[in-house]
Amino acid sequence: MKNMMEVKGLTFTYSGANEASLVDVTLPVEKNKVTALIGPSGCGKSTLLRGMNRIHDLYPGHTYEGVINLLNTDGKSYTNILDIKKEAELIRLRQRVGMIFQKPTPFPMTIFENIAYGLRLSGIKNKADLKDIVEQSLRDAALWNEAKDRLDHDARGLSGGQQQRLCIARAIALKPEVILFDEPTSALDPISTLAIEEMISVLREKYSICIVTHNMQQAARISDFTGFMYLGEMIEYDQTDTIFMKPSKKQTEDYISGRFG
Amino acid sequence: MELIFKKIAQLSASLVFVILAATTIVLYLSAKPAIEEFGLKFLIEPRWGVQEKVEPPAIAEQSDLKQLEKSADIQTDDDFIKDEEDFMMDDEDDFIFDDDMESDSNRNKTIYGALVPIVGTVFSTLIAMLFSIPLAIGIAVFLSEIAPSALAKPVGVAIELLASIPSIIYGMWGLFYFGPFIASLFGGNTVSLLVAGLVLGIMVIPFMAALSRDAIATVPDMLKESAYAMGATKLEVIKDVVFPYAKTGIIGSIILSFGRALGETMAVAFVIGGVYQFAEKVTDPTNSIPVVLANSFAESSGLSLSVLFYLALILFVLSFGVIAIAKFYFLRRK
Amino acid sequence: MRLILNRIFLIFSTFAALVGLFFLGWILFTLCVKGLSGLSLDVFTKDLINGGLRNVIVGQMMMSGVATMIGIPVGILAGIYLQEYGGNSKTTEFIRDLSDVMMSAPSIVVGTFVYAIVVVPTGHTTGWAGVLALFILMVPIIVRTTDDMLKLVPIELREAGIAIGASKYHVTMNIVVRYAKAGILTGILLAFARVVGETAPLIYTSGSSEFWSTDLTDTFPSLTVSIYNLATMPDDNLVQLGWTGAFLLTAMVLIINLLGRYSGKKKRS
Repeated sequence: MKNMMEVKGLTFTYSGANEASLVDVTLPVEKNKVTALIGPSGCGKSTLLRGMNRIHDLYPGHTYEGVINLLNTDGKSYTNILDIKKEAELIRLRQRVGMIFQKPTPFPMTIFENIAYGLRLSGIKNKADLKDIVEQSLRDAALWNEAKDRLDHDARGLSGGQQQRLCIARAIALKPEVILFDEPTSALDPISTLAIEEMISVLREKYSICIVTHNMQQAARISDFTGFMYLGEMIEYDQTDTIFMKPSKKQTEDYISGRFG
Repeated sequence: MELIFKKIAQLSASLVFVILAATTIVLYLSAKPAIEEFGLKFLIEPRWGVQEKVEPPAIAEQSDLKQLEKSADIQTDDDFIKDEEDFMMDDEDDFIFDDDMESDSNRNKTIYGALVPIVGTVFSTLIAMLFSIPLAIGIAVFLSEIAPSALAKPVGVAIELLASIPSIIYGMWGLFYFGPFIASLFGGNTVSLLVAGLVLGIMVIPFMAALSRDAIATVPDMLKESAYAMGATKLEVIKDVVFPYAKTGIIGSIILSFGRALGETMAVAFVIGGVYQFAEKVTDPTNSIPVVLANSFAESSGLSLSVLFYLALILFVLSFGVIAIAKFYFLRRK
Repeated sequence: MRLILNRIFLIFSTFAALVGLFFLGWILFTLCVKGLSGLSLDVFTKDLINGGLRNVIVGQMMMSGVATMIGIPVGILAGIYLQEYGGNSKTTEFIRDLSDVMMSAPSIVVGTFVYAIVVVPTGHTTGWAGVLALFILMVPIIVRTTDDMLKLVPIELREAGIAIGASKYHVTMNIVVRYAKAGILTGILLAFARVVGETAPLIYTSGSSEFWSTDLTDTFPSLTVSIYNLATMPDDNLVQLGWTGAFLLTAMVLIINLLGRYSGKKKRS
């Protein structure tokens, strides 16, 4: 069971749209590896990512066909997350599959509360436990040194890069199995971007990661596997080295070498 | 929990509709006796609270039902009283009192007509508009295009604050200061249609100016700059670029102010005079619907109360229409 | 020629602004001069029957306050429904439009409505009837400001909340509403300022009393209705008291407005 998640033959149609935005997409997300999704704007990579924790379901009327498997905690069998109907189970799913967005999304609370909020929702009430987890998460997100003296400050006072690391800390506090990154550095400066990238390579040891990125160098730097998408289809998926050195499809090669996109 | 919260929120939202519907229904039901009694002729009847001798045939004409009930001439009086009772029941008021009055003078009926207050309302509002539109648009243009921003900002805030001053203040000032001032200028009474209209106008100026300024502020700077770049003067930029662009917003603000002036009670109550007669000159006192409502409820019962509800219904429908037009045609949300 | 026209226009516009501001300044000036001259400690310590305004000021604040207390949960919940649950359906838009219309409906009509459903059946004016009238006036204001303020909350914030496993209720109450808190507070203060100065809907719902009262089930003292009554009295001392009341009322409304503005500004910085 080396795959943490498996997307198989997924076809996704937005509510009210005539054509599917994803057609027969297949993608494995291997355990403790970083999988990158690349492709030109509008190719469906974010759509795919947002299907993997069913955040699309916030807005009714979208249709999924196919299978998205998530490895059960026993490590032996899979559950198809598209079969989930109950709100409570969706909430459980989102705690297991965390997500980081394009723009930092600090909640209007203190730094401490931003992280503790999700924990409380998941049932952790004990103050000492909360404190420990908050500290550990901030350490993992390389934010502890900067934030430890201002835990009771409004999180919106942090810089953009710090806010994004706070959001990562918030996600990992819930001990997810998978973390989805949706272009997490597109709104950040190069130095903050570097910090996030370094963090992702460390996080790989504990989590399985899937990242959507605009930036091919970023995919090459941090990922183990890469999927190239174009017009809603998965054109090619392979080890990152293979995709960037000797892609088997012409379209992939064109995109990588900058001939379109 | 989740579901309960959603339901409660939904309930709160529908309350807005319920209140509006209930207002319409309650006003209609309360006005029903008067509507049945006077019909739409109420709208064009100039007399108010005047006793009129009612001949038996006149009653017979009123409705076919009543004709059926009537058997003999001698019983007419009793039947008439009975009909009165029937519609008094709706009000649960002391109809017995009215009933007694009716039997004393049972061949008389009291005529109520809304024409005087309707005309007074419309004219005072029109005077207010004529007076306030140029001033308010002037202020709006001044604030957004002429004044330096160091001046425009504090004055703009002051205008918005003035828009929040309770209308009773305007009325009081009108009664003690502005009314005598106008009377000394134009002669006539210190309370009159003219004073009422002008006080109303002054009251809506800040409101209209603030809304118009907001509308003008939506004109993109680049658009204005490109007009200036072609050598246009300020007047031409305002006339050819700013006004056409902000037109719907400005018209919307005018209509909203119109609606506000139409339903305004306190600013007018002090200065219109409250008498049921047409103003032959603008300096004569007259009446308006909100003022009639404000002044007459305490001493009304039975039919005269129902008449007031009829007036309220007319005002409600009128202002509802005006506001709806402003909202739906000119101030559509994006 | 064009330049002359331009000059004329600019002069006219500035002149119009000056005339408009002149009248408004005149009103404020009168209010201050007349109002301040009658201001004394007695105004705040004696009731209307003894030549003070204590009971009517407290009465006015109490009715507006109670109306606000009921109006806040109802208005905010309705605003939340429109923005978070209603989507862009026809019903939601319809309720939005109705609230807009109700916001500008003549307040005297609301008074007649309450008179018909409360005063006629009970047979006398009560503080509760006044509260109900003010409540009806303020709910649409709170609904629409809440609605507008929630609309400004970035959609990513809601998604981020859902992504850490919060339910819709939690996202709404703990994240979205908290984010929009300052704006909603401004809306509430402005709605309060609006109803605290209302006279027309109170005249025959709460009526007004010259005596101290905190019993909302009976005729209730009202500052605005008292000003109306005092101003038309033939006694100069009573008229003076009316001016003092008018001054205090205006000061109250303006201060609440400024508070509302300040709380709204703070958020955006």
